[in-house]
Amino acid sequence: MVERRPILTFFAHATLILGVVMVALPVYVTLIASTHDQARMLQAPVPLLPGDHFLENLVTVLITGLGASQAAPPVGMMLLNSLVMAVTIATGKIAISILSAYAIVYFRFPLRMTFFWMIFITLMLPVEVRILPTFKVVADLGMLNSYAGLTVPLIASATATFLFRQFFLTVPDELLEAARIDGAGPMRFFVDILLPLSRTSIAALFVIQFIYGWNQYLWPLVITTDESFYTIVMGIARMVNVVDAAARWNQVMLAALLAMVPPVIVVVVMQRQFVKGLVETEK
Amino acid sequence: MAGVDLRGVRKSYGETAVIHGVDCAVGDGEFVVILGPSGCGKSTLLRMVAGLETITGGEIAIAGKVVNQVEPKDRNIAMVFQNYALYPHMSVRDNMAYGLKIRGMARAEIDRRVRDAAGILELGHLLDRLPRQLSGGQRQRVAMGRAIVREPDVFLFDEPLSNLDAKLRVQMRLEIRKLHQRLRTTSIYVTHDQVEAMTLGDRLIVMNAGIAEQIGPPLEIYGRPETVFVAGFIGAPAMNFLAGRVGQGGKSVHIEGGLELAADHQAGAAGRTVTVGFRPEDLVRGGPGNAVRLRVDLIEPLGADTLVHGSIEGGQGQVTARLPGTQRLAAGEVAALTLAADKLHLFDKDSGKRI
Repeated sequence: MVERRPILTFFAHATLILGVVMVALPVYVTLIASTHDQARMLQAPVPLLPGDHFLENLVTVLITGLGASQAAPPVGMMLLNSLVMAVTIATGKIAISILSAYAIVYFRFPLRMTFFWMIFITLMLPVEVRILPTFKVVADLGMLNSYAGLTVPLIASATATFLFRQFFLTVPDELLEAARIDGAGPMRFFVDILLPLSRTSIAALFVIQFIYGWNQYLWPLVITTDESFYTIVMGIARMVNVVDAAARWNQVMLAALLAMVPPVIVVVVMQRQFVKGLVETEK
Repeated sequence: MAGVDLRGVRKSYGETAVIHGVDCAVGDGEFVVILGPSGCGKSTLLRMVAGLETITGGEIAIAGKVVNQVEPKDRNIAMVFQNYALYPHMSVRDNMAYGLKIRGMARAEIDRRVRDAAGILELGHLLDRLPRQLSGGQRQRVAMGRAIVREPDVFLFDEPLSNLDAKLRVQMRLEIRKLHQRLRTTSIYVTHDQVEAMTLGDRLIVMNAGIAEQIGPPLEIYGRPETVFVAGFIGAPAMNFLAGRVGQGGKSVHIEGGLELAADHQAGAAGRTVTVGFRPEDLVRGGPGNAVRLRVDLIEPLGADTLVHGSIEGGQGQVTARLPGTQRLAAGEVAALTLAADKLHLFDKDSGKRI
């Protein structure tokens, strides 16, 4: 289609540029703030040009921590905690939900649909809703202040189960029958044929669930009292809440910046698979 | 190599019976085609032989061993599916080798078999491609390759050519025939296409609504259909049918409308209601037999043949004749044709069985 409407083009571009500015400006301000010292950050206006304290801030934030007055451990450790939590949640969710979807789609057992609906109903019960009972259970199991406590209650996933179920339903039955005639048992079929076919769905889910796990705020806040298990997202919030002192905005901004990096890396690395997983079903 | 015996095989889904007892002994090395319209149970029957459907009643034996309770993988069969069912993420080589790998066959032997099968099917240059990079005909060949490498007792084909275009279908039909002549493996082939059935099968099983209406060699089925259904299903254009009653003496039939046709054998007591059938090519010009006058309504010249549609004087309903292409006729004309007594097929009106 050939269209020549200069005014329309102008408005389209103006809108897009405005959108980019609105999204990018806060990130830019964060980046700039992380390169100044605290003194500069306390003056108005907020600096819009880079300073020269970036490396110094980086060392402070990542390794030495923010000192006793700040209620947060070094960012490096929190990043590591977040990474462990996000990866465990994402892989755990995928492992559990792909297996339960496999059971629901390919096996005939009593109350099959009941189980499916039970899983499905848990969609309505996110962590925030069930936080008190879940906390009670985790506390009674002695899982407070542990990676298990951080991850296990978040691993069960109805969304992922449902997504895999929908994908499995599109896989032609003849494939299963061909595999049966070829002599593949249920696990063989799952590992050799279903898993490779689900590769793109798995990648898409991994991205979504990694970000979900990374962004958890309320649950780590409730479950951890030991600083060595703080995650980055709750850590940043704590860095801002300082008593009897000014928040060190330059360092908070740098921590926020660092917190953005891993999800971005995951998305960039898996982008191709991610898009494929959402738009096409390879058959 | 082995035969397949079907003994009173039945299938029902809950209350609904879909196969009402099929008996057939498929001999060693025989190529049997199960033919029937959609929904007649032919695929279900094949899937029961494969072990993909449970058997409600009766017995299926492969190589003399009853396999009712045997898993598909232990029946030593190979199946070719309508949509090929190739593993999309595996190369052609891996697709063919997969079944052998699972059986724990030595790598060298797998390689040898895959190479042999690829040679037979001319797939040698495609071994490293993925199924989605192949054309329909090539995929079909890979599906057959996957069956061949197993060197099974029995090949099962479930409408393997239906997804191909007409030209490729003819070509693949010949290849399947050649393959069978070369390997001599017992084969059961399901199709709804009578040309495929006639050209491929040593014997046909014509099925209708879960019943095997007739089992026999293609030409016998064409020449002596046992039921009205078989007579109408086999042959294109289809056999002509007229309603009538057996006349005095039992060797002639009065067609509704007044025409009398002589038959070559006893058709039972006078007054018995019958269906008279005759094939379009049996209406000829000249020669001995019953005189039939055909009022031409429509002509379809096909080159070698001309199909003439019209109505018979003294009969009711449409009739088709297949005359040589040299005949020149026009709509509205009356063609004087003859119908030999031994070309009449008589069926009992109520049971539909041949008399």
